[in-house]
Amino acid sequence: MIIHHNGEETTIANPQLNEALRELGYIEGRFATAVNENFVPISERQTITLRDGDRLEVVAPMSGG
Amino acid sequence: MNFDRKAFYGVPLETPLMLGTALYPSPSVLADAFTRSKASVATVSLRRENGVSGAGQDFWQLIQSLGCKVLPNTAGCYSVKEAVTTAHMAREVFDTKWIKLEVIGHSDSLQPDVFGLVETAKILCEDGFEVFPYCTEDLIVAEKLLKAGCEVLMPWGAPIGSGLGLNNLYGLRAMRAAFPDIPLVIDAGLGVPSHAATAMELGYDAILLNTAVAKAGDPAAMAEAFALAVRAGLLAAEADPMEPRDMASPSTPVIGKAFLS
Repeated sequence: MIIHHNGEETTIANPQLNEALRELGYIEGRFATAVNENFVPISERQTITLRDGDRLEVVAPMSGG
Repeated sequence: MNFDRKAFYGVPLETPLMLGTALYPSPSVLADAFTRSKASVATVSLRRENGVSGAGQDFWQLIQSLGCKVLPNTAGCYSVKEAVTTAHMAREVFDTKWIKLEVIGHSDSLQPDVFGLVETAKILCEDGFEVFPYCTEDLIVAEKLLKAGCEVLMPWGAPIGSGLGLNNLYGLRAMRAAFPDIPLVIDAGLGVPSHAATAMELGYDAILLNTAVAKAGDPAAMAEAFALAVRAGLLAAEADPMEPRDMASPSTPVIGKAFLS
């Protein structure tokens, strides 16, 4: 399946969001997710199944003013 | 000197200085600047994470080591939906209800879109956020932000990153007078410590800056300079400055002067 991960076309094997995140290297740490511009809290990640063409955004702490 | 002024959503700050974490030449310089600034709040943001490198996690460890209260922002958001979504992500990542709300209206001036700002603030306040809105000195916008549920206002001094200082002294003074009980923070546009001192002399409760420190030749020294300026301005404001007057008034007593002409 091909999704858009942080703006780049990416192939993933498992469409379940938690599994897809692990596959993409998000094993631990602080990060937040949105699918198709909608926030997906940690508590709901297990309920989300990605579909072909979905847009997955993963963000983490960064410097800011 | 004890900093004993207004609390920010019930949280008293140890110093009236909020410092950004962007644009420093290195993490160690950032840490030195924070140490010498004695800042009580560190502003942070969210950006795309690369799952493999995990750079964001290293940054988060650095921020935690600063010992400051964390204020995440919605920098770069141009729409209500974008800002609301970013705020939700920030609340989860940083585990705080505080959000520095930026809804930008123009890419050149980075001026707030005050219409989108009020709309977003209302949504977030109703959702339990404690919103620090980056706004202008417009009094009507300020009233609407307070009505939306904001308990802090953060008018700009000048456009973000410009270093121009306080562009509208009259407007900022009027804002202070209009909302005497609301915590007010000058956010953005400061360039040198005297700008910060002036802001505090006007009666503002804190200042928030980033570029003036981070882009200085010696960021840590500049951070300390701002810390001293903020302290001087606050002390001056609390000392009840004299009223300016148009005409001269001799400070040396005239009575008793020898007649020598």
